[in-house]
Amino acid sequence: MQTVADVVAVVLVLLGCTLALVAGLGLLRFPDVVSRLHAGTKPQVAGVLLIVLGAAIRLWGEPAMWTVLLAGFLQFLTAPLSAHMVSRIAYRRRHLRRDLLVVHEAEPPPPPPGQPRGDEPADAPAPSADHGSR
Amino acid sequence: MSPGPIAPPYVRQLPLLGWLTLVWVLLWGTFSWANLLSGLLVAVLVTWLLPLPAVTEHARLHPWPVLLFAGAFLKDLAVSSVVVSWEALRPGGPVRSAIIEVQLRTDSDLLMTIVSETLTLVPGSLVLDADRERNVLLMHVLPVRDLDEVERQRASVLEVEERVVRAFGSRAEIAAVERAVRRERATAGGVQR
Repeated sequence: MQTVADVVAVVLVLLGCTLALVAGLGLLRFPDVVSRLHAGTKPQVAGVLLIVLGAAIRLWGEPAMWTVLLAGFLQFLTAPLSAHMVSRIAYRRRHLRRDLLVVHEAEPPPPPPGQPRGDEPADAPAPSADHGSR
Repeated sequence: MSPGPIAPPYVRQLPLLGWLTLVWVLLWGTFSWANLLSGLLVAVLVTWLLPLPAVTEHARLHPWPVLLFAGAFLKDLAVSSVVVSWEALRPGGPVRSAIIEVQLRTDSDLLMTIVSETLTLVPGSLVLDADRERNVLLMHVLPVRDLDEVERQRASVLEVEERVVRAFGSRAEIAAVERAVRRERATAGGVQR
């Protein structure tokens, strides 16, 4: 019985680790901030959940089991909030590969000429008055 | 069906007090009266020093629909984790996505929050912004290859909304969503014919 529980726990932890690894790869391979958030926050949620379940099986009956399960549950509350905050900023700052979008409903109108587009890098030189007047 | 008078503040704080005490006891890992009392003390201190705006809407729980909602959520979580993982691993060009506006059929802070949280937890969909006045969610969805998939994603968002309303909504809200669903089915049938 102990062996069966151990095997299940090991399989769950390994599955969770695989998801975390894939999330890391997605962070590298996805094209823009918002897409990367899909990789960074989501397989992460399922991955942490699997690892927590595996750990809870191994810690069965010990006080630490409840702490681990609590940590897993709090993931469900915090992960969407952080993902939403970062994605909203990225969207408003237009850190977005528009060429990869199939549809963009609610596309904001282009800025008037002379105005910054809003997606310049933070260290870009500020547009000076004589450049803007051409 | 009036929702009834809003409960006085100390009654509204009770679920929060209970939850904070439970977290405290879980963090200690063992149940003892000392833990329970110290947790209660900390909970009272926290809610007194850092008051939160009260949730004035009445949260409801319909047990069987809540189970259906939880089951569907876990299935969505598993399926789309695999889908997004494959997008991260597969060879070929970068993943394509879409930004869509989804018109929700509910008009409630609480339900809209649950819908947004659920959608953002599931891989492949992310709430970028919410328009509370029009009840519209601005979503980023992934992977999307063509317009058919955009419509499929939109339909799945509305399915999540329907399950959330059935699990947590009032009777009037459930009836409103059911009316909307029937109307959509009727127009969809009309298009096919």
